[in-house]
Amino acid sequence: MLTAVFFYLFAVLAIGSATMVIVARNPVHAVLFLILTFFNAAGLFILLGAEFLAMLLVIVYVGAVAVLFLFVVMMLDVDFAELRAGFINNAPIGLIVAGIVLIELVALFVTGAAGGLPASIPVPAPGVETLTNTEQIGRVLYTKYVYFFQAAGLVLLVAMIGAIVLTLRHRDGVKRQSIAAQNARTPATGLEVIKVPSGGSVFPASEGPR
Amino acid sequence: MIYSAIVLLPLLGALIAGLFGRLIGDRPSEVITTAFMLIAAGLSWFVFIETGFAHDATKAAIKVPLMRWITSGDLEAAWVLRIDTLTAVMLVVVTTVSSLVHLYSIGYMHEDDSRPRFFSYLSLFTFAMLMLVTSDNLLQMFFGWEGVGLASYLLIGFWYHKPSANAAAIKAFVVNRVGDFGFALGIFGVFFAFQTVSLDEIFRQAPDMAGKTMNFLGYDVDIMTTLALLLFMGAMGKSAQFLLHTWLPDAMEGPTPVSALIHAATMVTAGVFMVARLSPLFEQAPMALEFVVLIGAVTAFFAATVGLVQNDIKRVIAYSTCSQLGYMFVACGVGAYTVGIFHLFTHAFFKALLFLGAGSVIHAMHHEQDMRKMGGLRGKIPITWAMMLIGTLALTGVGIPHVGGFAGFHSKDAIVEAAYAAHTPGNYAFWLLIVAALMTSFYSWRLMFMTFYGTSRADHETYEHAHESPPVMLIPLYVLAAGAVLAGIVFAPSFIGHHLAEFWGTSVTPDKDIMHHMHEVPEWVFWAPFTAMVAGFGLAYLFYIAQPELPGKTARTFRPLYLFLLNKWYIDELYDFVFVRPANALGRLFWKGGDGAIIDGTIDGTAASVGWATGKIVRLQTGYVYHYAFAMLIGVALIVTWFAWPAGIVK
Amino acid sequence: METLAAFAPALPEIILAAGAMVFLMLGVFSADNARTGVFIGWLTVLLMAGVAIMIGTGGAERVELFDGAFVVDAFSRFCKVLILGAAAVSLMLSFGYFERERIMKFEIPVLALLSTVGMFMMVSANDLISLYLGLELMSLALYVLAAVHRDSLRSSESGLKYFVLGALSSGMLLYGASLIYGFTGTTSFTALASTLQAGEAAQNLGLIVGLVFLLVGLAFKISAVPFHMWTPDVYEGAPTPVTAFFAGAPKVAAMALLLRVLHDAFPGMLFQWQQIIVFLSVASMLLGSFAAIGQTSIKRLMAFSSIANVGFILIGLAAGTQYGVSSVLIYLAIYVVMTLGSFAVVLAMRRANEMDETIGSLAGLSQTNLPLAVAFAALLFSLAGIPPLAGFFAKFYVLDAAIKAGLTPLAIIGVLASVVGAFYYLRLVKIMFFDAPGEAFTQAEPAVRWVFTLSALLVTFYVVYPAFLLDAAGTAARALVP
Repeated sequence: MLTAVFFYLFAVLAIGSATMVIVARNPVHAVLFLILTFFNAAGLFILLGAEFLAMLLVIVYVGAVAVLFLFVVMMLDVDFAELRAGFINNAPIGLIVAGIVLIELVALFVTGAAGGLPASIPVPAPGVETLTNTEQIGRVLYTKYVYFFQAAGLVLLVAMIGAIVLTLRHRDGVKRQSIAAQNARTPATGLEVIKVPSGGSVFPASEGPR
Repeated sequence: MIYSAIVLLPLLGALIAGLFGRLIGDRPSEVITTAFMLIAAGLSWFVFIETGFAHDATKAAIKVPLMRWITSGDLEAAWVLRIDTLTAVMLVVVTTVSSLVHLYSIGYMHEDDSRPRFFSYLSLFTFAMLMLVTSDNLLQMFFGWEGVGLASYLLIGFWYHKPSANAAAIKAFVVNRVGDFGFALGIFGVFFAFQTVSLDEIFRQAPDMAGKTMNFLGYDVDIMTTLALLLFMGAMGKSAQFLLHTWLPDAMEGPTPVSALIHAATMVTAGVFMVARLSPLFEQAPMALEFVVLIGAVTAFFAATVGLVQNDIKRVIAYSTCSQLGYMFVACGVGAYTVGIFHLFTHAFFKALLFLGAGSVIHAMHHEQDMRKMGGLRGKIPITWAMMLIGTLALTGVGIPHVGGFAGFHSKDAIVEAAYAAHTPGNYAFWLLIVAALMTSFYSWRLMFMTFYGTSRADHETYEHAHESPPVMLIPLYVLAAGAVLAGIVFAPSFIGHHLAEFWGTSVTPDKDIMHHMHEVPEWVFWAPFTAMVAGFGLAYLFYIAQPELPGKTARTFRPLYLFLLNKWYIDELYDFVFVRPANALGRLFWKGGDGAIIDGTIDGTAASVGWATGKIVRLQTGYVYHYAFAMLIGVALIVTWFAWPAGIVK
Repeated sequence: METLAAFAPALPEIILAAGAMVFLMLGVFSADNARTGVFIGWLTVLLMAGVAIMIGTGGAERVELFDGAFVVDAFSRFCKVLILGAAAVSLMLSFGYFERERIMKFEIPVLALLSTVGMFMMVSANDLISLYLGLELMSLALYVLAAVHRDSLRSSESGLKYFVLGALSSGMLLYGASLIYGFTGTTSFTALASTLQAGEAAQNLGLIVGLVFLLVGLAFKISAVPFHMWTPDVYEGAPTPVTAFFAGAPKVAAMALLLRVLHDAFPGMLFQWQQIIVFLSVASMLLGSFAAIGQTSIKRLMAFSSIANVGFILIGLAAGTQYGVSSVLIYLAIYVVMTLGSFAVVLAMRRANEMDETIGSLAGLSQTNLPLAVAFAALLFSLAGIPPLAGFFAKFYVLDAAIKAGLTPLAIIGVLASVVGAFYYLRLVKIMFFDAPGEAFTQAEPAVRWVFTLSALLVTFYVVYPAFLLDAAGTAARALVP
C-alpha cells in the first residue's frame, strides 16, 4: 500500500516535471526540472529494489550530465523564446494529435484490451534473492551480457570520436605548454653567460636588437 | 571441354576483335578470329567423327552444362550444350564454312578500313549459330535464333553508309520478326502445354499429347498441330520460305563472304535444323507436316522461276538458295528428316563455293555484280571458273543414277525420290521439284555462260584489269570444291543409306517407312531428275551459246510472264500494298488522332495534375525540424488509431 | 581457449571492431594530414574486402551466440556481404571528394567502419537489446559523418537534423521495445516468437501498440513515409560521398533488421504488421514518386527516389512469404548497385573544383561526356524499371511476390507509382541527350569512373546470369522463413 502511494507520487512528479522541462520559458528552469525528473526516476528505481541503478542515476545524470547542461545553458546566450515561435504556432494541432494518442493509450490500458500475458512473466535466476542488486549486475554484466556491454562501449567510442571530429581544432599561433620540453630544460640550456661590454646593454641572444 | 571450346572460341574471338580491335590492329584481329575458327572447325570434325561413327544405334545425346540461366516458377532453362549426331553435323557445317569464310574475307575485305568490326561480327554470328545448334531447350534455341538474326542484321548493314544496305538490313530484321513472332508464340505454347521448355521432356511427353485439343478464344484447336505450325512459322522466316522470303535477295547487299556464310550455308538452314531437331514433335502433327511439304515445294518452284531471269550474279544464287531450302523442307515434311539434313550438309559446301566463287568474280570485276556486263572471263580467271564449274555441277546434281555423282546429286535426288514415295495429292510435290530441278539446271548454266563464256560485255578497262584472286581467297574455294565433289558419295551411306540408324542414333526420328519406300520407287523416278538436269543444260546452251539472240526474243514474246518473273511475282509490291501502306495509314491515324489528340491530351492533363500534387508535396518539406517530427507523430497517431478503432477503444 | 573458439561465428564483427580501433590509433599517431586519411581509408576498404571474402566463403548454418542475442545464418551472411560491398564502394568514392574539399580526416573511414559494425549487429540481432545497440552504433556514426564538413552550414545542419529526429525515432523504438517486453516478459526474438504462437497473445492491443512504435523507429531508418522527412534535407546537406554511403549500406542493414524482427520475432502477428507495412509501402511509393518530379537538385531527387524504392522493397516485405523475403533481398542488391552507380555519376558532376549538383548541369551531357551519359542513362532506365535491365527484375520479383500473397491492389499501386517514377528518371535522360550542352565536366578520378561504368554494366547484363543472385537470395530467404 505504502509502496503504491510512493509509486504514484514519484510517477506523477516525474511526468509533471518532464512536462515542465518542455514548457518552462526559462532554460535554466527547464534544466532544473530535468534534474527533478531524474530524482523521481531514481525514486522509482528504489521502489523496484534497484538501489544501485538509482544511485547511478543520481551520480551520473544529476551530478554530471545535468550540471554540464546547466553550465552550457548559462554560458550560451540562446534566445529560446525565438526558437519556440514556430512551436507555439503549431501547438493547437500538436496538442490535438498528442491528445488523441494519449487518449488511445490510456483507453487501451484502462479498458483491459491490453491485458498482461500471464504465461510470460520472467523468472529470476535461482538464488538471486540472497544477492544485492549490485552483485547481481556484476554477475551478469561481463558474462551473459558481455555482448551488450561491449556494444555499448563501441557506441560510446563513436560518441567520443564524433565529439572530437566535430569540435577539435588545431589553431595556429597559440602558445602551448610542452611538458617534455620543460622537463628537458637544464641549466646548460637555460643559462647564457654574457660578457657585458662597458657602456653596452644586455639582451638574450635571441632577442637582441638587430 | 572440347564441346565448350567449339562454342566459346568464336565468342572469345568476337570479343577480342570487337572490343580490342582498334587497339591490336587489323591484322591481329583477323588472325585471332580466323585461328580460333580453324581450331573450332578441327574440333568439330573430331566431334563429328566420334559422335556420328560410334556404331551405336541407341547412343544418347551428350549434355555439357555450362551454367544455370533462368529459374522462375516452373520455367527452368540452363545453358547446356546438347551434342548428338544432328548437332555434330551442324557443328561441322557451321564451323567449316565459317572458318573458310573468315580466311576468304582476309583477302576479300583487304581494302575495307573496319575489318576488326567485320571479323568480330562474323565470329559473333558463328557463336550465336553454334548456340542455336547446341541448344538443349527452346529458350536457348531462341537465344541463338535471335543472336543470328542480330548478327545477320549487323552484317547485311555492314556498309552502313550505303542506304540500300541499311534498308536491306532492316527488311531482313523485320521480315524475320514476323517469323520469330510465330516461333516465340510456339515456345509459349509449348511451355503452356508441356510445362517445360526442355527438349528431352517435350519429346517424352509428345506422343501423349497427340490428338489432344486446347481451347483458344472459344475454338478447340489441336495442340500439336497448332504448336508445330507456329514453330514452323519461325522456320519459314529464318529459312526464307515462300511469303517470308522477300528479305533474302535484298540481303545480298552485304559483303559476299557474309552471303556465303549466313545466306547460303548456315543461318538460313536454321529453320530446317529446327524442324529436324523437333522432329518428335512434328511427327505428332501430320497436318502441319503436310503444310511443310506444301510450302517447301512451292518455294522450290517459285524461287527457281524467279532465278531464271535475274541479272545480278548474287541474286541468282540467292534465289537458288531459297529454292534449295524448299527442297529441304519437302524432305522434312514427308518425314525424311535425315535426307533434308543431308541436303543441308552438301548444299552448304557447294552453295558456299558458288557464293565465294561469285565473290571472286566480283572481286576480279571491281565490284561489278551485273552479269550483263560480264562474259568471257574464263580465260582471265581460270581457277575461279573451274571452281564455279564444280559448284554448278554439284548444284545441278550431275551424276548417274545407281552409280554416283557430285554432292548435290546424292542429296537432291534422294529428296525427289522421297517426295515421290510420299504420294502427295496428285504427286504435286514430286512434279514441282522436278520442274524446279530443270529450272535450277537452266539458271545455273545461264550464270556460267553469261559470266565466263561468249565475248566480254564489260567496259574494256575493267576486262583488261580482271585478275585472279590471291591464294588466301582461293584456298577456301579448293576446300569447298573438294566437299562439293566428295561430300555426297562419301557420306551418303551414313546419312541416308544403310548405316542410317547407327549414324543418327536417337537424334532424329525418321519416318521408317519413307526411308524404306524411297529406295523402291519405279525406275523412271530415278531418271527423272537426271533428265530434267540434262534438259536444263540443253536449254541454257541453246539460249546463251548457240543462239544468243533467243533470250531477248523470248522475253519480248512472253513479255507479261517475263515481267512477272523479273518482278519476283510482284510479292514485294503486294506486301507494300497490303501491309506497308495500310500500316502507314493506320500509324498516321494513331499518331495524329490517337496519340496527338487523345493520348497527349490525357497525358498533358495528367501531367498537369501530377505537377499540382508535386507542388503540394514539395511544400511539405519546409526544412524545420519540428515540422518533420510532427509529421512522424501524425504518422504514429494514424497507425495506432487504425488498430485501436476496430478494437472499440476509440468510439 | 575453448571459450575463445566459441566466438568464431562473431569473428567478422570482432575483426572489424578491432580494425577500427587499430586504425584509430594509427591515425592518432600519424601526421595529421589528408594523406594519412586516404591511407587509412584504403586500409579500411581492404579490411572490408577481406572480411567480405571471409564471410562469403564461410559456412552458412545457423549459429546462436552470446546467450541467443546474436545469430549468424545464411540470411545475415547475404546481407553482410552486401553491406560490406556497399560500404567499401562508397568509401572508395569518397577519397577524391574529401581531399578536394580539404576535409579528409582519418576519422571518416574509422567512423564508417564502426558504423558498419553497427549494421552487422543489426543484421545479426536476435534480441531487442542487440537490435537497439546495433541501430544506435550505426546511427551515431552516421550523424557524425553527415556533419563531418563542419565548416559548411548545410552539412552541420543536416547532421543536427538527422541527430535530433534520429533521437526521437530511437525514443519511439525504445518505447515500443519496452511495451513489448512489458507484455511478454522477454526481449529474445526466439522467445517472442514462441510466446506469440498462441493466437490470443497476437491479438493483444498493448503488444500491437508496442509493435507499432518499434516499427516506427525502424521505418525512420529506412526513410519510409511519413517518417522520411529528414531524408531530402540530409541527403542534400551531407557531403555527397556520405550521402552515397547513407543510400547504400544503412538502408540494407535497416531493411534486413526489419525482415529479421518481423519474421523471427513476430511471425505470429503477420496479419497486424502486414497492414502497417502496406501503409508505409503505399505512402512511400506515392510520395517518393510524386515529390521527385519537382526537384532541381540531383541529390534531393535521389533522396525521393530512394524513398520510392523503399516503398517497392516494402511490397516484398508485406507479402510475408519466403518468396517475398528473397524478392526483397534481390531488390536490395540491385538497388545498391543502381544507387552507388548513380552517386558515382553525381560525384563526377564537377567543373574545375566546383561541384554542380543541379539537374540542369546535366544538360547535353551526351555531347560533352558520352560514356558518363550512357552509363547514367543505363542506370536511370534500370531505376525506372525498363526491361531487360536489372531494375525491372527487381520490381518484377517484389510485385510477383505480392500478387502470389494475395496483395494484388498493392501490386497495382506499385505499378502505377513506377509509371510516375519513370517520368522523372526519363526526364533526366531527356535532359542529358536532347538539351543544349553546357560546359563539360572535369574528368572524374578513376575510382568514380570505375564505379559508374561497372554498375552500368552490371544492371545491363544482369539478365545474362541472374541465377547467381537468385540462388544466394533464395538460400538467405530459406534461412529466415522456413
